[in-house]
Amino acid sequence: MNNQPKRQLDARDSVSRSGARETAPKKDPRAVSLESAMARHGYAADALIEILHHAQKLYGHLDKPMLLKIARRLKLPPSRVLGVATFYHLFRLTPPDRHNATVCMGTACYVAGAAELLEFLEKRCKSAPNGGVKVGCGRCIGSCGLAPLVVYDGETVADVTRRKLEKLLDEAGAK
Amino acid sequence: MMIEELNEAAERERDRQNQFEDRILCCTVAGCHSCGSKPIRAAIAREIEAQGRQDEVELCGTGCLGLCGEGPLVKSRAANAIYARVQPGDAADLVAGRHDILTSKRVDNLPFYAGQHRLILSNSGVADPESVFDYIAAGGYGALSKTITEMEPNEVVEEIKRSGLRGRGGAGYPAGVKWELVARQNSPVKYVVCNADEGDPGAFMNRSVLEGDPHRVLEGMAIAGWAVGASQGYIYARGESPLAIERLTTALQQAEREGLLGHRVLGHKFQFRIDLRIGAGAYVCGEETSLIASIEGQRGQPRPRPPYPPERGLWEQPTLINNVETFAAIPSIILNGADWYRKIGSPNSPGTKVFALAGRIVHTGLVEVPLGTTLRKVLFEMGGGIAGGHQFKAAQTGGPAGGCIPSEHLDLPLDYDSLRTIGSMMGSGGLIVLDSTTCMVDMARFFMEFCMDESCGKCTPCRAGTVQMHHLLHRITTGQGTESDAATLEELADLLKETSLCGLGQAAPNPVISTLRHFRGEYIAHIREHRCPAGSCEMRREVTV
Repeated sequence: MNNQPKRQLDARDSVSRSGARETAPKKDPRAVSLESAMARHGYAADALIEILHHAQKLYGHLDKPMLLKIARRLKLPPSRVLGVATFYHLFRLTPPDRHNATVCMGTACYVAGAAELLEFLEKRCKSAPNGGVKVGCGRCIGSCGLAPLVVYDGETVADVTRRKLEKLLDEAGAK
Repeated sequence: MMIEELNEAAERERDRQNQFEDRILCCTVAGCHSCGSKPIRAAIAREIEAQGRQDEVELCGTGCLGLCGEGPLVKSRAANAIYARVQPGDAADLVAGRHDILTSKRVDNLPFYAGQHRLILSNSGVADPESVFDYIAAGGYGALSKTITEMEPNEVVEEIKRSGLRGRGGAGYPAGVKWELVARQNSPVKYVVCNADEGDPGAFMNRSVLEGDPHRVLEGMAIAGWAVGASQGYIYARGESPLAIERLTTALQQAEREGLLGHRVLGHKFQFRIDLRIGAGAYVCGEETSLIASIEGQRGQPRPRPPYPPERGLWEQPTLINNVETFAAIPSIILNGADWYRKIGSPNSPGTKVFALAGRIVHTGLVEVPLGTTLRKVLFEMGGGIAGGHQFKAAQTGGPAGGCIPSEHLDLPLDYDSLRTIGSMMGSGGLIVLDSTTCMVDMARFFMEFCMDESCGKCTPCRAGTVQMHHLLHRITTGQGTESDAATLEELADLLKETSLCGLGQAAPNPVISTLRHFRGEYIAHIREHRCPAGSCEMRREVTV
């Protein structure tokens, strides 16, 4: 317990050094965009969730060095930033997979057999690892009229059946 | 834009639209998006060009046309017809105005539309959500200009109070009373917050309103700002609905550019700005104190009330929090008056409510009906009855915080008080229809799993109680439950209801209580006979013996 804050502080320092090295000579456009987003919000602490959204959009996920960098820029304790990033479901702390299949688990989709679809997908992707499809379930996406739904790589697929899924996965495997 | 210019702009836009022989409106809300409305729109655009009818036919997007299960939907103004399941091949007939060929696809003559009373959705099928002038041409921002030129803030509050409008977020607290509480606070800084964090699974009304008519919500908020004396508003939208965020961003930019929001609203000495805040997937943020924490950039955890947000809310200042639909109802109340509004709906629940029909029903989609309409009318007349020839079992209202309405209560009027008498609640307006193939115990388990995942972990009854209740329900649905499990379940339900910190924990046991009340037989069949009457639970009998 006792040495935890210290470790975080050390990490923060190392990031501040490496962060400075990284941004100054290379000028990664993503870092520039993140910086300007923070500046637009006046480095205010209450913009933390907005900043995290922006960073995730740029980098695909939020890793520890990124969280520490944001903490330093917004003058917030790292614990607060990590606390917020882990509280909300939409923030990813690990890199996303190549393909993503999210089965909607809203009530309408559940009643229409989403649980069976999820089970099928999980089995299928485990037995035949085709290009790393990450299978998961998500919250209601609000197109309940077309249940059951699967969001595949950001595209919503309506009235999903096993056959439709097979076809999708085959196409993904071929790519 | 000054107040005088508003009418001119409306006239100009109406003239422009009337030049065209026909206006083809494609539904551009999430449901139709998911079933391919984009290629249809592109096909129609190509066809207009091919037939050289650019001066006669106008193509634009519009808000939710209702019948989401039959998309993509397209409306033609000239024929006053809505077509369902439109294919790119239909584009040529649509553009050329050969409506007789398309008759088989026409759906606007269905009872689904006949029973509706559209106030909040009145611009769906009329205006383009991405154009502020379309909204103005349909009478938009007229209510705002009326309030700031003709009405004192306290008159606005009085009007809303008299209208009897009740909060559309679920609890049904009188909106006018809340407004008065905020207006009465003696503070130089106040906030207006729109709760657009519609997280109930199976509910998509707010999202459709935001995607289909964002300016209506902005106008409602600005009127609220004038009434309570706030100059800053926030919309807290769900991160899961990118389209709603996109539409709101566009609408906010347009409104600021036209001087409908900003430091001089309509050239008048009234400042009102709205900022958009985007949630990141936490159901508990629909609870008002969690929502405030989230806007402040913190973990979305609730805090004990009182003090209630009207006294101390966002950044410790008086804050008015209303739902999307509540704000969307404001402009029509101001324009037509409270007496007019009271005539719609039932005496204790005036006005209309948008319901999202989903589940095992023939016509899924959005309906707006006067409150007090019976469930039977909504489901069997407008919704077309149960799909697949099955038997109606129950309708689930209010999402994970609500309860079910069994068939003996089909003639119950849908309003706040009636639903409460049978242990359900209005909720935000999702109506999920369950048929004989759905197991009610499994339904209760499903909602408990949801609450377990979404519990923020701040208070123990909710954090630990939902886990225990889910465990018990899981045992019952897998055939391992005992009679004492059912008793413990009831005991825990009571405990959670009484001792949880916020609405999430207090309401989490509702589906269990309600299914135990109306479908106790199903629990008993699972426990004593190790049998699922609906045939949906997989029983592992060998484990129990």
